[in-house]
Amino acid sequence: MATKKIVLIFPKEKIDKPIVYHLVKDYNLVFNILKASITPDQEGHMALEVTGESTEIDRGVKFLKEQGVKVEPLSKDIKVNWDQCVQCGACVSICPTAALYIKDRKTMEVAFDPDKCIACELCIRPCPPRAIEVHF
Amino acid sequence: MAKTIAEINEKIKKGQAVVVTAEEIIEIVEKKGAAQAAKEVDVVTTATFGPMCSSGAYFNFGHSKPKIKAGGGRALLNGVPAYTGWAAVDLYIGATALPDDDPRNKIHPGEFAYGGSHVIEDLVAGKDVRLLVEAYGTDCYPRKHLDTWINIKDLNEAVLFNTRNAYQNYNVAVNLSGKTIYTYLGTLKPNLGNANYCSAGQLSPLLNDPYLKTIGIGTRIWLGGGIGYVAWQGTQFNPHAPRTENGVPKRPAQTLAVIGDLKGMSPKWIKGVSFVGYGTTLNVGIGVPIPILNEEIAKHVSVRDEDIQCAVVDYSEAYPQGKPDVLGEVNYAQLRSGEIEVKGKKVPTSGISSYKNARVIAEDLKQQIKKGEFLLTEKVADLPAGENAPKFKPLNERPVRPEA
Repeated sequence: MATKKIVLIFPKEKIDKPIVYHLVKDYNLVFNILKASITPDQEGHMALEVTGESTEIDRGVKFLKEQGVKVEPLSKDIKVNWDQCVQCGACVSICPTAALYIKDRKTMEVAFDPDKCIACELCIRPCPPRAIEVHF
Repeated sequence: MAKTIAEINEKIKKGQAVVVTAEEIIEIVEKKGAAQAAKEVDVVTTATFGPMCSSGAYFNFGHSKPKIKAGGGRALLNGVPAYTGWAAVDLYIGATALPDDDPRNKIHPGEFAYGGSHVIEDLVAGKDVRLLVEAYGTDCYPRKHLDTWINIKDLNEAVLFNTRNAYQNYNVAVNLSGKTIYTYLGTLKPNLGNANYCSAGQLSPLLNDPYLKTIGIGTRIWLGGGIGYVAWQGTQFNPHAPRTENGVPKRPAQTLAVIGDLKGMSPKWIKGVSFVGYGTTLNVGIGVPIPILNEEIAKHVSVRDEDIQCAVVDYSEAYPQGKPDVLGEVNYAQLRSGEIEVKGKKVPTSGISSYKNARVIAEDLKQQIKKGEFLLTEKVADLPAGENAPKFKPLNERPVRPEA
């Protein structure tokens, strides 16, 4: 079994079609929707955590791409602009998954682990220099 | 044998001074004792880099032709109001000033994306800033409107002048209520969801010289990446806060008013920041060298995080209502570990002041002194101390309309 976090970008002509349910039906994948925003006449975005056999995840992703859905790893979504970051650490007790964390308690360096990030965006506004960016 | 600052400066000029940071001195004193450390070490560098709201800058933008008198009129810098109550072309911009059309907390919590602190950062970064002046016009200053770009390099003087910086110790903020609150110490999750603190602890300047034996008016400091001076005691200066046996205050205590040439500073160390739901403020980098004149001073600079106590305060009720209630005391070693215990609950911690960048500043100041680029100054006057020092008082409110 494997788990992957992915972002699906639906072109506007596809947003009225049932697509994601095929992941369950045809590929036996379990998914958890972390975030979704679909607005008429615009692209739709959905962040998913999918769990299943690795080969089935790959086939499921291939299916999505065949349907015209763009699939990207979730880690692309949240970026820390390190030039802007003041290394305070205000984000680390806000982050629910410890994706933002103190790397070394001696130096108190703030770091980001994209693998742990669920793109909940709770960190965006509490960051005093607004160094955390959402990229879709 | 006790040293003098003049003797230390001679060693600095020759490149022979022994300079260490406030972190490095801890081990030296532990191994060799304070008396020996005082003989061997000449200067200890301390530092802090955090949000300091009582900060701002004044400048003189030069006379236009025909002349205008901003004094008594109105001035905006990138849309942010500046204080004009001076002569013709002097302005002061404070860190927390906001554009008139900023929605503030109308939709709570507000963003506060751009304010006075960001104007100051933009000036320091060498960016053009739009200056708009509306004046009433006089015979000697006839012009009524001015709308121009200005740049720090063209200003006659540009001076950072902060009335309260480098707080000696601070509260740890928590939230006992059932909803998220938005404070100057950051976003606080409900029911003790997190605890935010704001001090560099063992690196912080005034915690390393708790009785201000070496720091006073005229002390040369590292300010915003350039050179500054201690101008006065900071506002809300309180030497009477309770202290532990080592002399270190356990509550917010003494503060500094600092001044320095904005033109020599860096936008990395003079940085506009925004606290959601609260407002804008300025992150200021400060480094203070402490001359190790005797054993007592050596002992003070060897203070460790575990020796510095501070109070945990509820910012949903006790702080805003001005109640003295404290939920407990913790030390900075516990705070830096990432978790403290409050009312029997384990609470994750966040620093609002950057320890990592305080280390960078302490190291930079150390290198400057070692290379002979930064000489120490003798203070020209002490800051208030002892029993006769003024007490920090709350407002004695005398309502004009008591029935209201």
